Amino acid sequence: MSENAAQALARMFERMSQVIETEKDRLSELDGAIGDGDHGITMSIGFKAVNAALAKLDLDTATLSEVMSTAAAGFLDAVGASTGPLYSTGFRRAAQALATRSELDLAANRDMLVAISEGIRDRGKAQRGDKTMLDVWLPAAEAATTAVAEGRSKQEFWSAVTAAADNGAAATATMVAAKGRAARLRERSLGHLDPGAVSATALVRAMAETM
Amino acid sequence: MQRFINDPNLVVEDTVKGFVKAHSDIVRLAENPRVIVAKDAPFAGKVGVVTGGGSGHEPAFIGYTGKNMLDAVAVGELFSSPTAKSFYDAIREANGGKGVVVLYGNYAGDNMNVKMAMKLAAKEGIEVVTVVANDDVCSAPPEEREKRRGVAGEIFMWKMGGAKAATGASLEEVRATAQKAIDNCRSIGVGLGPCTLPAVGHPNFQIEPGTMEVGIGHHGEPGVRVEKLKTADEVAKDMVKIVLDDHNLPEGAEVAVLVSGLGATPLNELYILNDTIESEISARGLKIVKTWIGNYFTSLEMVGATLTVMALDEDLKPLLDVETRCTIIL
Repeated sequence: MSENAAQALARMFERMSQVIETEKDRLSELDGAIGDGDHGITMSIGFKAVNAALAKLDLDTATLSEVMSTAAAGFLDAVGASTGPLYSTGFRRAAQALATRSELDLAANRDMLVAISEGIRDRGKAQRGDKTMLDVWLPAAEAATTAVAEGRSKQEFWSAVTAAADNGAAATATMVAAKGRAARLRERSLGHLDPGAVSATALVRAMAETM
Repeated sequence: MQRFINDPNLVVEDTVKGFVKAHSDIVRLAENPRVIVAKDAPFAGKVGVVTGGGSGHEPAFIGYTGKNMLDAVAVGELFSSPTAKSFYDAIREANGGKGVVVLYGNYAGDNMNVKMAMKLAAKEGIEVVTVVANDDVCSAPPEEREKRRGVAGEIFMWKMGGAKAATGASLEEVRATAQKAIDNCRSIGVGLGPCTLPAVGHPNFQIEPGTMEVGIGHHGEPGVRVEKLKTADEVAKDMVKIVLDDHNLPEGAEVAVLVSGLGATPLNELYILNDTIESEISARGLKIVKTWIGNYFTSLEMVGATLTVMALDEDLKPLLDVETRCTIIL
């Protein structure tokens, strides 16, 4: 039996959890430089909770939107700080964006990226250049929008999206934090990668690998 | 780093367990293990009073749970906001049918999680209002007061809000009193040494030996200046000046004073500071009605102290005398 769209989306969250586990120590180390050193652990807890919540969902009958809103609720109940509300809101927004979709084609993936980035932006009130996860999500969403508008192939779509995400994360080292915990350090944050941006690239990569 | 810990990742869990065992006559643990509740809460017909925040500031926030103070407290990871779910569960535990006021500090994570918790509570038909503490003078200029962080002034906000709720006041009255309390508070911190999160293992900010950071925040946020460490008298004068210049109180005004250690400063040094703090405040023609001094709101093992001054009026002053029963003497 071939995989349905809901199962594919659930598999994307499984992969997200795996890449976060792989990156966990590095994320915490980055966070130790300008934050409280727990970003790897926080993300690990969050995505494990997402997958635990999805395990209870009947993926044979679930819609894409239900998978997303289950992920949002799972993340929110497990994670506090700023990360909990931000990703939870991003996923919830993606659930709304996928409400009318039953296939995970490039347009659906674009909508998902745009919805996640807008949800995070609206909840956190941050902007590009504030040295946050948005410096990954916003350019990734824009690259996705452009790729669909230009009629790119699936491979071109994901290579544009991951390149935008990676460049965005790398650029955070040159930024002074304006939002979130690192903002407390102001210029002391300069020269360090933002851990939230680095974990965001890992998530985008997980999307590219499974979609 | 020499610490009494088991596992850096279990610091909060182990703290809460020990806390509940020590104070089972005053508090209980909710079904959600990240929510501490006053023993007999909720109280029917009383406005529920809730707060929450990151751990590592003990006795804040959990230590202020108790009769005529906080009905429920959401517990976050070290220096990190509690989850929206924990804030929501705290609201539910505190709800005696007359609405709940959430009195918390102005930090990005807390703002978002409280907002989401309020939405969940609204679905349950619980009326929730908030007051956001912003008493840290050095965290933003006066014209941007809404950007200032909440620090030790939160204790006065809880005390006034909790006492007002105990009088049987309405939700709006409790909110207004807590708002007035924090509006009337100004705080400053001076840091002499940094703190280390156990999971990180090294301090993520430095205070060079022989220097001090004036205006430091509760998590090592940079202050307004780093300068050579001065005598206690000079530091105290500086603290009073920064707080009262921002406060602009009329001569003869009555105030309450809170001097808190940040975790690793001995109590005797707080008294040394207070000697000058008291005379400086009095020299400005203000009348100190009550002084609290001790480790009221800490930042792990940070070396340093904070000063908070709350201006009193005919509404706030009598509330200072409402008896509270929490783990801290207030």
